This record gives sequence, C-alpha cells and structure tokens, in this order.
Amino acid sequence: MTTTPTGQPTNRLGLTKAEYDGSKTTLCPGCGHNAITGGIIQAAWEAGLEPHRVAKLSGIGCSSKTPAYFLGHSHGFNAVHGRMPSIATGVHAANRDLLLIGVSGDGDTASIGLGQFCHLVRRNVPVVYIIENNGVYGLTKGQFSATADVGSTQKGGKANLLMPIDLCAVAIELGCGFVARSFSGDQKQLRPLLKAAFAHPGTAVIDVISPCVTFADHEGSTKSYAAVKEHDAPLHDIEYVPYFEDITVDYEPGTTREVTMPDGSHVYLKKLAEDYDPTDPTHAIQVIRDARDEMKLLTGLLYVNTGTHRFDQEMQMIEEPLAGLPLERVRPPKSVLDSIMASYREGSAPVGAGGG
Amino acid sequence: MRTVVNDFSIHVATVNGSGSQTANNVLLRAIFQMGIPVSGKNLFPSNIAGLPTWFTIRASKDGWVARRGGHEVLVVMNPETAASDVAEMGPGTVIVVNDAIKLGPVPDDRVVYPVPMAKLMEPITTDVKLRRLVVNMIYVGVLAELLGIEAAEVEKALNAQLGRKPKALALNQSAVLAGMAYARQHLAKRDPYKVERMNATAGKILIDGNTAAALGAMFAGVTVVTWYPITPSSSLVEALIGFLEKHRRDPSTGKASFAVIQAEDEIAAIGMVLGAGWAGARSMTSTSGPGISLMAEFAGYGYYTELPGVIFDIQRVGPSTGLPTRTAQGDLSFVYGLSHGDTQFPVLLPGSVGECYEFAQGAFDLAERLQMPVFVLSDLDLGMNNWMSDPFTYPEKPWDRGKVLDDAALAKIAKFERYRDVDGDGIPYRTLPGSKDWKGTYFTRGSGHDEAARYTEDPNAYVRNMDRLKRKLETARTLVPVPEVFSTNGAEIGLIAYGSSHWAVIEARAELAASGVRTSYMRVRGMPLPAAVAEFVKQHDRVYVIEQNRDGQLAERIRLESPDRATRIRSVLHYDGMPLDARSVVRGVLAHEGVAQGIVK
Repeated sequence: MTTTPTGQPTNRLGLTKAEYDGSKTTLCPGCGHNAITGGIIQAAWEAGLEPHRVAKLSGIGCSSKTPAYFLGHSHGFNAVHGRMPSIATGVHAANRDLLLIGVSGDGDTASIGLGQFCHLVRRNVPVVYIIENNGVYGLTKGQFSATADVGSTQKGGKANLLMPIDLCAVAIELGCGFVARSFSGDQKQLRPLLKAAFAHPGTAVIDVISPCVTFADHEGSTKSYAAVKEHDAPLHDIEYVPYFEDITVDYEPGTTREVTMPDGSHVYLKKLAEDYDPTDPTHAIQVIRDARDEMKLLTGLLYVNTGTHRFDQEMQMIEEPLAGLPLERVRPPKSVLDSIMASYREGSAPVGAGGG
Repeated sequence: MRTVVNDFSIHVATVNGSGSQTANNVLLRAIFQMGIPVSGKNLFPSNIAGLPTWFTIRASKDGWVARRGGHEVLVVMNPETAASDVAEMGPGTVIVVNDAIKLGPVPDDRVVYPVPMAKLMEPITTDVKLRRLVVNMIYVGVLAELLGIEAAEVEKALNAQLGRKPKALALNQSAVLAGMAYARQHLAKRDPYKVERMNATAGKILIDGNTAAALGAMFAGVTVVTWYPITPSSSLVEALIGFLEKHRRDPSTGKASFAVIQAEDEIAAIGMVLGAGWAGARSMTSTSGPGISLMAEFAGYGYYTELPGVIFDIQRVGPSTGLPTRTAQGDLSFVYGLSHGDTQFPVLLPGSVGECYEFAQGAFDLAERLQMPVFVLSDLDLGMNNWMSDPFTYPEKPWDRGKVLDDAALAKIAKFERYRDVDGDGIPYRTLPGSKDWKGTYFTRGSGHDEAARYTEDPNAYVRNMDRLKRKLETARTLVPVPEVFSTNGAEIGLIAYGSSHWAVIEARAELAASGVRTSYMRVRGMPLPAAVAEFVKQHDRVYVIEQNRDGQLAERIRLESPDRATRIRSVLHYDGMPLDARSVVRGVLAHEGVAQGIVK
C-alpha cells in the first residue's frame, strides 16, 4: 500500500480513506447504522471505487439519511419513502457506467417499499442494496416495522403479533443472485460482503441487522435498562437519546454468538459455516427457516449466483450510457419521418388506437 | 328529393371485439381518399369483448371534425342496442340493418334498408368464426353503394390495411363486393345522403394523437420510457415501442438507443423517469388520471429537487375509476398543482394531433430547460381517435438540454452550487452523476436544502428557495406555447378553450356568427397562463370558458389571475364523457347570452 506525503495510506487510485468520508452523522451515537456507514467507507476505499462513478441512493428514514455520511465525492439521491428502487432503475437505464449503492431500512423496504424492492430484484437491476434493519421506525419514534419479530415489544409495551418479513428469503425467492445477512457490529464479515456486492453484476441484497439504541427499549421489560437508569431518564421520554457504545462482534464461521442489544434483549447470530454451499437457493431458504425456528439470525453470504439474467442485457441497450448519446444518435433522420408520414397518408400504417 | 352532399354522420353500432374496426377504418379512409374531410370517433366500452361499441364517421364538406351530436346514417349490427340506437334517429335519417335483427316498429319517415347479411356471407366462407368477422364488410359495401363511395377507393383502403395478408384481403374484398351488389340490385335509394369527390384532403394524414405524441417523443430523442398500462394512455407507449424498435436500433449490432421499462405501478414509472432525468437522460412516462393520482408524491419531489421529466396525461373521465373509456378534461387543476406543499408545474395543452407531435418534443426541451417535470395534457378523444392533419414537419432546431455543467464547464468555475440562481431566471445549474470533477458533486434531497444543496431547516433558506422556484415558474410562463387567437373586430364576447375542445368551438363560432353572435376566440396552449390570457379577458365584455369538466377548472384559474374581472368570466361546460360537439357550445353560450341580455324564458 502506498501513502501520501504526510504518511496516510492510499488505495489503488491514490486516494486516502478520508476521501471516502461524507459529512458528519446526525444519527444517535451508537446507532448501528453509523457502523455500517463506516463499513461502506472502508470497503469502498479498499475496493478502490472511483467516487465519481458511484451514485448513492436511498429512500426515507434513519437509514436513508446515511448516504450523506459516506463517499462525499459521489452524487447522492435521497428519494421518497420506499421508492429508491425505481430511482435506481431509472438511473441505471440512463447511465450503466454508474455503480449504484442503495441504502434502505426495514420500514423503507419491507413495508412502504416492498413492491418496488421485489420488482427491483425481479429485474435484477445492478444495485448494492443495503438494508439497515432494526425492526423499528426510528425517525418517527418507535413504531413497529414489518421485520419486527413476533413477540417483540415497542415503547409502551405493545407486543408485535405479526410474522416478520424475511427480506433475504424474499430476495432469494425472487431470483436475486446475491443475498447476504450481516450485523452492523461485525465489520470483519460486513466488509468483504460489501466488496463482493460491489462486484456483483445484478441486484445484491445485504440485510444488515442494526440495533436501534433509542426506540428498541420499552417500558415494563424484564430486560436490563442499566445504562438508561444510570442517566435517570424516564423510559418513555422520546426526546431523550441514551448513549450506548457501538456493539461489535467478532466470531468464527459456523459458530453462534449472543449479542446484547441496547434494550437489553438478546440476538443470536449464527454464522454460516465455511463449507456452506451458497449456490443452492432451496437450501438457502431452508437454512434461513431452520435458523428462525431456533430463534437465530443466520449471517453470511446466503445465496449467490452471478449467472442470472442481466437487466442491461435484457434491455439490449447499447454499450454507452444512454444519457450521453448525441442528438444524431437518438433523432432518426428526416427520411424516417417522411416514410412514416406517407404510411399515415396512404393508410398502410397500423390501425390506430381503440377497441372495437 | 333534396340531396345532402358530404355533410352527415355515419354511426355504426356493433359489439366490442367483433372485428368492426377494420371495416370502419376502410369506410373512413375511402371517404378521406375521395378528398372529403372526415373524422372518426370510436365510442367503446371498458371491456375486451361482448359489450356494445359504436363508431362514428363524420363527413364534412366544411371541414368540421368535432363530434356532430346526432347521426344521419345508422348501421345496426348489435341486437342488444338496436332499439335504443334506432330511437335516437330523427326523421329523414337512414337505418341499414342486418336483417337477422328485428327492429320493431320504425316510423315511416326513417328510411330502413334491411340487408340479409348472413345469407350474403354464405358463399364467401364456410368458417363460422370468419363469417362473424368479415360480415362487417357487407355494410361497408352496402354503404359504399348507397352513399356513392367509390369502389376503387374502398378497394385501395382495404388493400392498405390488409395488403400484407392476401387471404384475409380476398375474403374481405368479396364481402364488400357482395354488399355492393346486393344494394345495387335490391335497395332502391330513398334517402338524400351522398358523398361526392372533393379536393380537401390532398397530402393530409389520418392519425390518432397518441401515435402523434409517440412520434414527437422519438424525434425529441427520448431514451428512457417507463409506463404502466392504463386506458387511454397505453396506445401512446405501444406506438412508441413500435417506432423505437424500428428506428432506434443500431443496424449493425441491433442494440437499442433506448430503454422501455414496464413498471410495477405508476409510482415506479415516475420514479424511474426522475432517476433517469437526474442521470441526464431524456425520460418520459404516459398515464391517465388514476396514474396521475399515484404520481403526486414523486411529482412534488421532482419539483423541489428540480429534475426534468415528461409526463403525458391522456385524460379520461374521473373521479376514481370513473368512465375509463370516455373523454374529459378533468385533470387540469389537479395536474397543475400536483403534490403537497406549494407546487406548480408547466402544463402543455395540445389541441390537435399536430400539436401532440410538436408539444411532445417541446415538453422535453422545456423539462430540461426548467429542470422540472412537465405535463402534457391530452385526452381520450384527441389521443385515441383518428384526426386529419397536415403531415408533421421534421424538427428544425437541435434540442435544448438546459443548464448542465460538464467537466469542461466545471473546470472553468471556482465553485458550483446546485441551487444558486446565477442568471436571475430562477433556473440553477446542474451537474450529472458521473462527472469527474468533485466540484460538481452534490446531494439531491426532497428535504429542505440551501443553495449549495445542503440539508437545512433554516427559515430564511427555505423561503429563499421557494421564492426562487416561484421565479422559475414565472420564467416557465414565458416559455410555454402562447395562446392562439382568432379575433373578430368589435366582438364583445370572448371564448376561451383548450385541447380537443377546439374543434367543436371553431364550428360553434361559425354557427354563432351565422345567427349574428360575434365572438373572438383564444385557445390556451400552456400553463402557467401567459400574460396574453389576462389581456384577452380585459378586451372582452363577456368571456366564456369552454371546457370538458364539471367545475370549470380553467375558468377558475383565469379568475384567480384576473381578479378584477372575475365576474365577466363564465363557464360553458360539457362533461358527459362524449367528445364535445358544437351544438353544446352554441347552446351554452346562448343560454348565458339570454340571461346577459335579460331575456327570461
């Protein structure tokens, strides 16, 4: 690795890691999303992504704010709630040279945006689609999302009775060629997954479990609130943002790790074993289900298939970005208009609209 | 017996999906080829097959092409609607009926021509299914003989439509000839209607507005097209796909210089348009009212983040699902202010198929110049019916891509701020993702932002930005097509209309003039309303705004912008889903005038 004159390491493009930074985060201290942001910066730097060739896209929510916090030299697009996939599809159609990094949340993807998510995956539009999944609507202060587990409770103690939507299983079912799950605190696992996703020619879905430090706690829980109580704050004062240390984990493939979440609850992460074969979609769905039955979240590269149909090939688009084509390549010559006009004069053109 | 030459409507009542479309088009084209001005209106149900459908062909020596409102010749092919179809026919009219259909008592002063269609079909084909389709050509032959439509022109029209299918052509041709022969031998002409060759259609084309708009989009250089199927808009994109496939693929590689994406819904369709526009492509979608409703949020996003995109709204009857296969102009107010917060959009209002073609092109230039979603409001009547037109002209000007800074331009400036009004016209400069110069990088967001595109909730920054957007709309006011004005010296009455209403209005003006009511007329072609509209209101004592909706949406807008003269603005409204006809306009204007002149009936 080379360095700058001041001794800072640079990547293959001669850029320092700081040149992949964005603006300062405005999320809560200790938020899992910040760790993911750090992971993206590190992975993008290590992979030597050209910042100008990256477009950062997101929807609405805490997670969707994060593209402002990484790759400050890339164009960014913070869309409307749940609709980042359609923006990504349009951007890709216009300029295939761009690497699209989409960041979404569980509310943004599993509820309001579930339809667009499914159709993005179905089309296999090349987007690195990162779901920062905390099972809660953080920005509107603590409502359940569609990935919340059965029995989990929200502030005020109301329990969720609905089955969670497993976005990885949905993606595999829809033919996605790159499906992974990770944990925000597991940089060792997340970074290589991100780098692999950058290189994937279709939609790459990474569902990253990311603890919400603020709204995943709840009144009447038997779980520990020691950190909050130390600060002597009322539990349901939603203006109060308790401070937590970042949760980090580092565990070996094939093992299980219990993680204590900010609200004192526990998540059991099970890392796929090294001999796991990620090329069998049926098996992948099966292991996700098995893990769920054991109340565990399976992490790792669940399914990969780089040979799936490609959106750009299916569209049969020319190699250059459509957005940059000069007029003479997109406006047919006058002779074409003349011949079309003749067909509408003579009546040989296809019969126009209408039923009958 | 008096004769009525080149001035009547033929109304064909059939069943949806029965294959009458080809027959009706042959009739329409044969009359057109005889140099006689025609128009064709398809009145169809929201149904694939089995429900009643009607097709009206109007021949008009004076060149009137609006719906006539009343028919002189009826063709009865549908037993279900026969009674009510016949009941609509007045004294002296003609009824051609498939004799398998029992009409019941018809007044003596209607001329009935029964035709044994099943029997005539017998020698033509033994295939029962084919008989059902081809039987429509019998009435083509009968009408040709009765009305004097030249056999050679019928053959030519048939050949143009079916020439590529010789077997079908031969079959249809024999049915036409059988109809002609039967009429010649068995039907003594007892009515006054006939066609005579003219020279009023030479060089003209017959085309529907959706196809015209599709052509405009292709020659505008559209590259990204997204859509979700909806009547009456689908045929626009379907026509566009046909043109692009044929004319926009590289002849050597077969690769496309376009992407057409059928979206999962209209929200995704407009999202893709905005994403593509952001990345620098000429992008468009086409929809109708329900789709527009779904697009509201993203439209506001495009307004606030300043992204180009073209959205065609081929209006149908609302509210809600409404009458999906009927025409209206009910989306004007909604589209103009689509989305929450203070938003407003440039809206283009084509009034002819020629303008569907031209405005489709202009819309892309305008969207990229203004960095805004631009709406083109057509309607089912304009979009799906066949209209005569002069051939479209090839665009003379290059395109206008607006204020885009590329790397070369960025290199020359010290600082780039995405939302700074550098030129005083409210339109900022933009860069495209993919630009190498880091100076050009910015973050697009629908939340509050300052001149440098940074997130802010600062009250002053918000107001500055909103005021600049208002300034941009004032620029838009000067860029949308100016109204077309037809002045009559000294007329106290001013008529204002837009879109497909135009054709009924010009006919109504002639009728009004014939009865001594002098009018001037302004056809509005775009919003925000150019200054000329208020000026026109000022010049007239009474202003009647004619439109195809219940609430007088354009009238309301004009009142807002001419508050001192609001009381002189009145509405003449037509909103039953049928295309506007001149009689409705005349009646509406005279009703107001009667009141204005103190006449109480």
